[in-house]
Amino acid sequence: MPYLSNIIFAILLITGVVFFTKNVKKLMRNIRLGQNTEVSDNKSQRWKNMAMIALGQSKMVRRPISGFLHVVVYVGFVIINIEVLEIIIDGLFGTHRIGLKVLPTSLYGFLIATFEILAVLVFITVIIFWVRRNILKLARFWKSEMTSWPKNDGNYILYFEMVLMTLFLVMNATDTTFQAMNAGNVVSQFIAPWFSGLSESTLHIIERTAWWLHIGGILVFLNYLYFSKHLHILLAFPNTYFGKLKPKGELNNLEAVTKEVKMMMDPSIDPFTAPAEGAESEAEPVKFGASDVQDLNWVQLLNAYTCTECGRCTSECPANQTGKKLSPRKIMMDTRDRLEEVGKNIDANKGVFKDDGKQLLDDYITKEELWACTSCNACVEACPVSIDPLSIIIEMRRYLVMEQSAAPVELNNMMTNIENNGAPWPYNQMDRLNWKNE
Amino acid sequence: MSELLKVPTMAEYMAQGKQPEVLFWVGCAGSFDDRAKKITKAFVKLLNKAKVEFAVLGTEESCTGDPAKRAGNEFLFQMQAVTNIEVLNAYEVKKIVTACPHCFNTIKNEYPGLGGNYEVMHHTQFLKTLLDEGRLTIEGGKYKGKRITFHDPCYLGRANDVYEAPRQLIQKLEAELVEMKNCRKNGLCCGAGGAQMFKDAEKGDKEVNIERTEQAMEVKPQIIAAGCPFCNTMMTDGVKAKEKESDIAVMDIAELIANAQDL
Repeated sequence: MPYLSNIIFAILLITGVVFFTKNVKKLMRNIRLGQNTEVSDNKSQRWKNMAMIALGQSKMVRRPISGFLHVVVYVGFVIINIEVLEIIIDGLFGTHRIGLKVLPTSLYGFLIATFEILAVLVFITVIIFWVRRNILKLARFWKSEMTSWPKNDGNYILYFEMVLMTLFLVMNATDTTFQAMNAGNVVSQFIAPWFSGLSESTLHIIERTAWWLHIGGILVFLNYLYFSKHLHILLAFPNTYFGKLKPKGELNNLEAVTKEVKMMMDPSIDPFTAPAEGAESEAEPVKFGASDVQDLNWVQLLNAYTCTECGRCTSECPANQTGKKLSPRKIMMDTRDRLEEVGKNIDANKGVFKDDGKQLLDDYITKEELWACTSCNACVEACPVSIDPLSIIIEMRRYLVMEQSAAPVELNNMMTNIENNGAPWPYNQMDRLNWKNE
Repeated sequence: MSELLKVPTMAEYMAQGKQPEVLFWVGCAGSFDDRAKKITKAFVKLLNKAKVEFAVLGTEESCTGDPAKRAGNEFLFQMQAVTNIEVLNAYEVKKIVTACPHCFNTIKNEYPGLGGNYEVMHHTQFLKTLLDEGRLTIEGGKYKGKRITFHDPCYLGRANDVYEAPRQLIQKLEAELVEMKNCRKNGLCCGAGGAQMFKDAEKGDKEVNIERTEQAMEVKPQIIAAGCPFCNTMMTDGVKAKEKESDIAVMDIAELIANAQDL
């Protein structure tokens, strides 16, 4: 069976890609559960935002230390992945280091040297990340929403990266012909001596094992993404593209409300006339605001999947800083977790959502969290990938107030005042200019 | 002094068949809150001094709907907005200035979608323009050399990216502008936004305005400058809670400029 390894490799590769594709489809299906929203405007600005914020990491470096470290891992990840191309070709065609056959040795050496240096930098950076999370215990990684899975997920990703980088370097270090060439082994030449004394065949076995584990690990990691906060490496791009372009202070005006308000204000419309035969009479009454994920728009759901739980939003949140329950990061995590639950429900019920007696409001996000928000936009400003937690909070407040009349008493008083006398306090509108003579 | 204030209304301008240069949107706080009324008057003094032909809506003005919208009551917001827009459009208003960042944000960003299109300026931006046009002079007076820190209102700063106009005005006072560790884009909220002004805070271990006041106190200012009536209230309360009211004054930028000239 001379082609056995080629076949095994092809099967492994296809399985990895097929599963990944399945996951991506499920992801898109879930995101499309959201309401439609208009984001096809101003394409040039959107591309620019994607280039600057996602590709260029412009908002990451606002926090210089974590920003710089992140750029190292990001650049390392992107560039080292060029090596995967060679691994795939080698695996499928049974070649060994095909790059050497098609590229001049000097160029190949330069590329591998770059990968090796980046691999070490990524390895060191990932260890620093691990220390920040687990030894230094940075506050934002130890908030109440960061227990169990979110906490482990963060560490698993770091372990994955440490192992993958190690395998890559070991693979190079134990490749005797590559070491003999002495081109590009800038790091692995120092690792090679650790294996001295081993026979040629043992080295070959180690090299092959590292090679297989490396590509296998990459495929497993690729499929781990869907279950992890690490999805941001893909979704940061569409998310920054579809991110809000309007001033942060601008909240959308609900169209359904506009229609009703216009009708109330227009004396020529008789609200009691029966709607024309067949004209939207079958239409379900519109639901105001959001109590569950399907009420949110799809960009908000994309936001939820994009969140990598870095916690910059929460650490900037005035409510969270002063000990309130609200954490913008938790709003995003809850939205994602509920969306996943709804998605699984749909999968289990042949493509239709069956009421499970749960919803995003109360079962995930409590009123106490929603009412603690000052709408200051600090979370929106802090997010390095253009996530807008405030829009979800406002959408849920709208449901509470317009569907459930469940605003806190003081806010009801404030709103009654506005209705009655055009000010949030009980002062007569006719007294509005009194200050002039006081 | 108040008899010197000239505050014409839009109705009066209309009766004379004239249009003012700008409409001053006073806002609810500016109309009714005792502390904020002082800001309103200070701003009017500056408008009078610069001979700006402005008018107010007076009794025809009503809440923009901002706190209702932020509380989730889109119905009430749009009712307020549509009514206000009818009044503003009937007077053919083109340009609006307001001393409240919440009114500023709402009229500027949320009214156009409902048929209200105006050029909207925050009073610090407007004063800066007057200064640039040579219509207003700013002198340091009693504020010369004073340590002043500026608290960015969320609805002026992050919400609308206005950071420089208020700072440039403070510098014109020949004062020493000191920045808090969280300023501009990273400015910490005073705790009043999103309709919080009108309710008690949720359970926590501190009030937001105390946190912000402590940040201000770190830079040892003699004056905390504000550009929002609600921030002003929150910071004033914070300074009182810290028993520092004899050392630190909380003042609106319009008040600083007007007081410096003994207006």
